[in-house]
Amino acid sequence: MKGSSPQRVFQTFLIVACSGACFTLCSAVAAAATGSTPPLSPTNIFAPASTPARSIFSLSLFVLAVTASIFLVVFVLLAYSVVKFRRRASDDGREPPQVYGSNQVELAWTVIPVLIVVALFMATARVIADVQKAAQPDNAIEVVAIGHQFWWEYRYPAFGVVTANELHVPVSNPEHPTPTFIKLLSADTDHSFWVPRLAGKTDLIPNHPNSTWIDPHEPGIYLGQCAQYCGTQHAKMLLRVYVQSREEFDQWIQQQRQPAAVDDAASEGRRIFETTACIDCHTVAGTVASGRFGPDLTHLMSRDTIAAGAAPNTAENLQLWIRNPDAIKPGSLMPAMELNDQQLDALTAYLETLR
Amino acid sequence: MSTDAIALPSAEPAARPFVDALHEWVTTVDHKRLGIMYIVYALIFLVIGGIEAMVMRIQLIRPHNDFVSPQVFNRMFTLHGTTMIFFAVMPVLFGFANYLLPLMIGARDMAFPRLNAFSFWLTAFGGLLLYFSLVGANGLYGAGNAPDVGWFAYAPLTSRTFSVGHSTDFWTLSLLVSGFGSIGTAINILTTILCMRCPGMTLGRMPLLAWLNLVMSGMVILAISPLTAAQIMLVLDRYLGGHFFDTQAGGSAVIWMHFFWIFGHPEVYVLVIPAFAFISEIVPVFSRKAIFGYPIMVAATVAIGFISMSVWAHHMFTVGMGANANAFFVFSTLAIAVPTGIKIFNWLATMWGGKILFKTPMLFAIGFLFQFLIAGLTGIMLSAAPFDWQLGNSYFVVAHFHYVIVGGIVFALFGAFYYWFPKMSGKMYSETLGKLHFWLFVIGFHLTFDFMHIPGLLGMPRRIYTYEPGRGWDTWNLIVTIGVFFQALAIAIFVTNLLWSYFKGKDAGSDPWDAWTLEWSTSSPPPAYNFASIPVVRSRRPLWDLKHPNDPDWKYE
Repeated sequence: MKGSSPQRVFQTFLIVACSGACFTLCSAVAAAATGSTPPLSPTNIFAPASTPARSIFSLSLFVLAVTASIFLVVFVLLAYSVVKFRRRASDDGREPPQVYGSNQVELAWTVIPVLIVVALFMATARVIADVQKAAQPDNAIEVVAIGHQFWWEYRYPAFGVVTANELHVPVSNPEHPTPTFIKLLSADTDHSFWVPRLAGKTDLIPNHPNSTWIDPHEPGIYLGQCAQYCGTQHAKMLLRVYVQSREEFDQWIQQQRQPAAVDDAASEGRRIFETTACIDCHTVAGTVASGRFGPDLTHLMSRDTIAAGAAPNTAENLQLWIRNPDAIKPGSLMPAMELNDQQLDALTAYLETLR
Repeated sequence: MSTDAIALPSAEPAARPFVDALHEWVTTVDHKRLGIMYIVYALIFLVIGGIEAMVMRIQLIRPHNDFVSPQVFNRMFTLHGTTMIFFAVMPVLFGFANYLLPLMIGARDMAFPRLNAFSFWLTAFGGLLLYFSLVGANGLYGAGNAPDVGWFAYAPLTSRTFSVGHSTDFWTLSLLVSGFGSIGTAINILTTILCMRCPGMTLGRMPLLAWLNLVMSGMVILAISPLTAAQIMLVLDRYLGGHFFDTQAGGSAVIWMHFFWIFGHPEVYVLVIPAFAFISEIVPVFSRKAIFGYPIMVAATVAIGFISMSVWAHHMFTVGMGANANAFFVFSTLAIAVPTGIKIFNWLATMWGGKILFKTPMLFAIGFLFQFLIAGLTGIMLSAAPFDWQLGNSYFVVAHFHYVIVGGIVFALFGAFYYWFPKMSGKMYSETLGKLHFWLFVIGFHLTFDFMHIPGLLGMPRRIYTYEPGRGWDTWNLIVTIGVFFQALAIAIFVTNLLWSYFKGKDAGSDPWDAWTLEWSTSSPPPAYNFASIPVVRSRRPLWDLKHPNDPDWKYE
């Protein structure tokens, strides 16, 4: 042995390694503990606000406790062997006693893990059933979510409402739950619907309809984003779920069912919109624009963001988005519209009437 | 204590022109040269894959960074994953298997030397084909060049509708070609172990490394075949009007996932079982004890081999399988923790009561034990399907499998490099540089991959080229990126150590570790024919018997 004593070297190793692991674990626990107030992150999986996310949260605490205990036991054994059985400076150079094995010991460390596995399996199977086999009550809100490269389309078949990127659902009182059941479809590639505080993720796969459900208990905006790589702009396919009181939600539905507002002051912009390629991809209800590739713009101005949450919905951003979408979201399927400044102003003015 | 069992005259040939030497290497069918070529080739790809990882980490150092475009970032993670799995880790493991197996079972070469060379060159050209896409795959304008579909290339992103140009074809064909190379090598390893053992070496007396590679090869044959089939189906889809995965014509995206993961999960064990094999050789020698529970270790490996064939759909908990299917894969995945746990306990029991010598290989082996333990435990978290609905496809998963592959497999590999470098080169490496490499890599590894779990818990999905501020992810990503530079420095020291020791190192002698398996009974580096006379063994540790004639192993086995 040369240089520093192996003991000191290993103490350092243990400290470095242990602190790394402990830190991770502590952060996880801290994230869990500080859950709702103040939020560590708007997308913290340990701050559940809806039944599926809560079931997962309680299971995760159980699994974390089991794995942390296993870690402690094995880590102590490892650390003890490394320190206790290191070769000493005073070593006599003889080989230690050779032990080839022990069936009793092997049996013990086979049976105990098997019991742990059975316990973990039963706890897990129960939560799988709770979440996946939940029956849809009659008063549930039905939404169809369709994943597109790189935005979300939402349809409310019962209300005749079509919107994009910002999902509105009513708050669900645990006493009288009004959950939202979401059917998940894809128009092109695979996507995944993941709002961590409301539920685990479920993929949207073409030719393979899926579903998920949420019953948020508190009003507010819940964030998430696409969690299955879907192409160039996978990163900016953001999710926003607006949880509103039942009255606000009904109001919102009423407002979304109206056809597009007509404002003669913006007729020039409307003419440009309806005579350029805009209408190939976008719908404005009650006009000739009936494209299906892009988001429905009938009530564009009722949304807080554009480009699937990539930018706030302001006049400047709208202009920038129409002029050069790559400035906001490089690789998005929205083409640059090549309009002159007057056309751009007129078009933006028209879009701003779509309340 | 060390003994030169068979002293051989130096067979050093006179210096020859470079072209002759090159010709000799290119046309060789010697298992040791092919092994070294596999290893060097894999190291080059390891560095390339590492550079791709650094590009990604620099891009993610802060939110809304624009170091690279989304197109470049997507190519980087596709190339990084494909390169590291297929062209770095698999070849390096095949390289060690090639080099060590005939020596450890007392054979003069692999069973099929020409197949061996053929397989190596298939793998090598497969890797070149993937990277040739950078210059050769320019399709339509803006379609890019290198593949950008992710290393598991989910359908229908790979269809011609969504992947125009030829980049996906390069990806497909490179895996097809190298896949045949892998199958060839697996057949070779299987045959060598079953048919070429020296007299006295029954299956029950083989070194664990041979047993583990036997299981690994069986798994390669079973796992690579469905991948190869899927690649052929994808080519049919893209060029001959097939509709296997073409969802717009009634094909199924989910079938691709099943095909890919029935390869992909056994593949994890294909990679980790040889790592177990290195640990099973290094831990006993540096603890100065026989491996604890040899028959149980073999049984656990075989059990892992079988169970790992039934766990693939735990990669698919979020694709909408039924509750019962999910429950089945939860159970099979949890079940695999049992034999894996047995292995960890047996390594600990081997160290228990020993006299542990902390040379660089043993440091890496202990690092492996610690990190593989954590990787296994985060694996248990992910196996609980509902927890996976949150963690799956997030940075938590990225941290988990890098813990397996870097913290486990790569640590074991570094241990193997230092352990067998004296045998392969005849020179001893620098222990100081080796320890420096270890500590820097430990620090870098833990900075990067410990902290990478946290953004995953906070909702950060993988494969995003940038992220929004205000989600609590910024600090963690900064720390993760800092760790990468420590790792890069450690790798630079590692390569320096290998090169410096090769040219300037002290002679290692034939048995520097006072070890017990047959490769240490011949000279370092071994002659082309390995052994002057084929050895005869009576126990699992033939050199122990030789060194302790009064207390040989065969009395107790």
